[in-house]
Amino acid sequence: MSAPTDLTATQQIAAVRAGEMTSAELVDAHLARCEDDRWNSYLALNADAARARAREIDAMADKPPLAGVPIAVKDALVTRDLVTTSGSRMLEGFRPLYTATCVARLEEAGAIVVGKTNMDEFAMGSSTENSAYGPTLNPWDTGRVPGGSSGGSASAVAARQAPWSLGSDTGGSIRQPAALCGIVGMKPTYGAVSRYGLIAFASSLDQVGPFARTVADAALLLSYIEGRDPMDSTCVGLREPVCVPTATDLSGVRIGVVEELMGEGTDDGVRAAVREALDRAEHLGATLVPVELPNSRHGLSTYYILAPAECSANLARFDGIRYGHSSADTDNLTEHYERTRAEGFGAEVKRRIMLGTFALASGYYDAYYGQAQRVRTRIAEDFDRAFESVDLIASPTSPSVAFPLASRTDDPMHMYLSDTCTIPISLAGLPSVSIPCGLDAGMPVGLQLSGPAFSENRLFDAAHALEAAIGFDTAPPALEAAA
Amino acid sequence: MSARAYEAVIGIEIHAQLLTNTKMFCGCALSFGDEPNVHTCPVCLAHPGALPVTNAEAVRLAIIAGHALGCEIPERSTFHRKNYFYPDLPKAYQISQFDEPICGPGRFRYLTEGGEKELGITRAHLEEDAAKLIHVGGDGRRAGAEQSIVDFNRGGTPLLEIVTEPELSDAADAAAFLRQLRLTLVQLGITDGNMEQGSMRADANISIRPAGSTGLGTKTELKNMNSFTFIERGIQAEIARQTAILEAGGTITQETLHYDPVTGEIHSLRSKEEAHDYRYFPEPDLVSVAPDRAWVEELRASLPESPVDRRRRWVADSGLSFEDAEVLAETRELGDYFERVAAVAPAKSAANWVRGELRAQLRERGQEPWESNVTPAALGEIIAMAEAREVSMPNAKAVLAELIANGGDPRAIVEAKGLGAISDEGELEALVDRLIADNPAQVQQLRDGKDKVIGFFVGQAMKATQGRADPGRVGELLRERVRE
Repeated sequence: MSAPTDLTATQQIAAVRAGEMTSAELVDAHLARCEDDRWNSYLALNADAARARAREIDAMADKPPLAGVPIAVKDALVTRDLVTTSGSRMLEGFRPLYTATCVARLEEAGAIVVGKTNMDEFAMGSSTENSAYGPTLNPWDTGRVPGGSSGGSASAVAARQAPWSLGSDTGGSIRQPAALCGIVGMKPTYGAVSRYGLIAFASSLDQVGPFARTVADAALLLSYIEGRDPMDSTCVGLREPVCVPTATDLSGVRIGVVEELMGEGTDDGVRAAVREALDRAEHLGATLVPVELPNSRHGLSTYYILAPAECSANLARFDGIRYGHSSADTDNLTEHYERTRAEGFGAEVKRRIMLGTFALASGYYDAYYGQAQRVRTRIAEDFDRAFESVDLIASPTSPSVAFPLASRTDDPMHMYLSDTCTIPISLAGLPSVSIPCGLDAGMPVGLQLSGPAFSENRLFDAAHALEAAIGFDTAPPALEAAA
Repeated sequence: MSARAYEAVIGIEIHAQLLTNTKMFCGCALSFGDEPNVHTCPVCLAHPGALPVTNAEAVRLAIIAGHALGCEIPERSTFHRKNYFYPDLPKAYQISQFDEPICGPGRFRYLTEGGEKELGITRAHLEEDAAKLIHVGGDGRRAGAEQSIVDFNRGGTPLLEIVTEPELSDAADAAAFLRQLRLTLVQLGITDGNMEQGSMRADANISIRPAGSTGLGTKTELKNMNSFTFIERGIQAEIARQTAILEAGGTITQETLHYDPVTGEIHSLRSKEEAHDYRYFPEPDLVSVAPDRAWVEELRASLPESPVDRRRRWVADSGLSFEDAEVLAETRELGDYFERVAAVAPAKSAANWVRGELRAQLRERGQEPWESNVTPAALGEIIAMAEAREVSMPNAKAVLAELIANGGDPRAIVEAKGLGAISDEGELEALVDRLIADNPAQVQQLRDGKDKVIGFFVGQAMKATQGRADPGRVGELLRERVRE
């Protein structure tokens, strides 16, 4: 008999419904692992409220659909009365007035938030080392990063501190940490999930999405958070309901392989694991077709204009006047702004605010922001063209496995490169899932599958069939050794 | 060079608060004078994660305003962020519009005593208002205040900013344009147009250039004038100031100015920032506005006649004076009332009665014509009787007074009170003969050519008949008799 924390979310729901387990037992078991947080996955625990809610659900004859199963939530999503910092000193101790739409929907469906997970400050980073509250460690090797920015949400699921979690993905912040932690991570089509209550990094790119240990769990989680929201006018929801995937083969599925992302810049071990996964796809009936995305090589530079530009405005509200960090004893307004923001923000956030402010400045706007918008359109058009001849596109999720802590913190460009495979898809607003597809020197490798806008069901089906064929064991050996 | 050697180039920017129930991008109620910070939410306080949602009613009002301004309504309109730090702007950017405003170019026609004029409208766009800063201590200004506190009730109020082409050259025209623009917007229910409370504000961009030249001089911006009179005087004062500078060989500095209506002086305002780079970029949190074309046309078709068009029609077709038309167009209700009276009585008389006797008599009751007992049909009846000389003017006014007090039918009142004019010529002749016999001294004066004394006889005649005599006929008979 496996421990309750080893069960998938789907299994946990079934166990509660069958009366084999109570929500309180599940919550306690996960909280016990959260309290022993050697990976620094969590920034805040919701222990008392979670236990109280579990008792409430256990007392119900008619259980809500998610039956009191725990979930972890990235600290970029606001939760009423539960401290939400977005990984920043700027919001230390901040208790939001409201709960993000996607979290509220999950709570209504009977999920229980056990805690808020660590992240790169304001979701800016690829390693969770930019958190103001210390880095999160990879459950596969605590000497390595879990990826980022949703590193805490990834490590919590990998380390069995939650069966599933919510993250947010701007340029790869769900998929890359999912790959590095050996779990499933999914970024929905832009506009599928409400951003109301997601502390904005880059509004035109940010999407909330699920982390889980199985594709089926990820699909189930998405089915509860997607949908129109009157509080977010960019949110249109999915065009068809999410179906929990059951596909076991890939017959007739044309998979485009991005050769540019399989060559130089991608580690040999990563390439090998992805090739092997693609071979399995072929065995399952898929046809592999090489595709070209000629403008994707401009993805990184485009992204590092647009995202900082948007963030420079999104983060301007942190001025120390209404809430959050406020510098003491300043003499005048300008000094108050300057000192508050100098003290409250970390180095990477400052770097991006300055980049973005520059890119939008009068005289530079067209050469930077304007040009980046035009390239973004070209990148999206490349995908449109590719999807005329293929159903899905495959590539590595990240060019390398999890890297050692502090190995890239002094080299922002090197750090940014870990998102080369994920960023073009974000710029095009497309749905994309990362599933673990093997190991490179003992560390998990992610396979990224992407589809046209609103093709979530197709994507989940393919990922589910491949997942079974790959048979990846999501339990980090280090975890067993530590336990 | 003399002052006449220069001509002014003036453009106007108007901010009008829209009469929506809720704010531009959130569901908070709009109100004036409530406790500070009660109409706030995560959106208008810019809490983390909050998102704006465009107020559909504000879009509707802006499109109606656009139609009234003769503007094109583009297929697509987008919002931009205008970035700057200030405590009254919680997001540190104002959501406004930039290159794709809700209303494109248009032309607005307005009336002056010198005839009809037209002013180009560059655009009209939607945006949100800032919160209200209150400076405590000192003299209430920012400089020297002990602290500044913020009331976010006003923050996020929907504004329509209307920008005109720099086509005006005269302060009086600017004021006439603004009066008629305000009236048009108020009568369409787009804004309450209350300038004292700041729900409508105007800024003027002013430059001068040698008369006849086509280049543009350096412009200054005269900010936030809250009455038409001050706008007119402010513009005049600024033109005079710039003229004096140029005549003295100086140069104009581009700056933002304030006109002090008390002293008539112009002061430079310190700007919020030294250098304004607002770093406009498209607002990624909002989808573009693409109003349904059929609906846009429907709004255009259902637009009522504007007060300017009404005035023009009254003057052209009904022979009203410029001033009559101006007064009667002041509110939609008054104009409607006048039109209903004019439907049953000659327009000119209807105008005189409505803006003259009727309003004068109602004033002490604090009533407006359309709220009173006097139906347009009844007033029309009174006018018709007076014109036909069935009642004398004083008695017509008495009938009106009775109508105001107790209501009723004018003819019935005349009947019941015996106020009908004496229609028997013989009776009037006998009366005049009697007056001549009784007042020999005055008759002599009349013979001596002192026509003024006719008034005396008319007065006597009215007294003797309780106002039933026709004063005109009395005068005529008197002259005939005396001359004989």
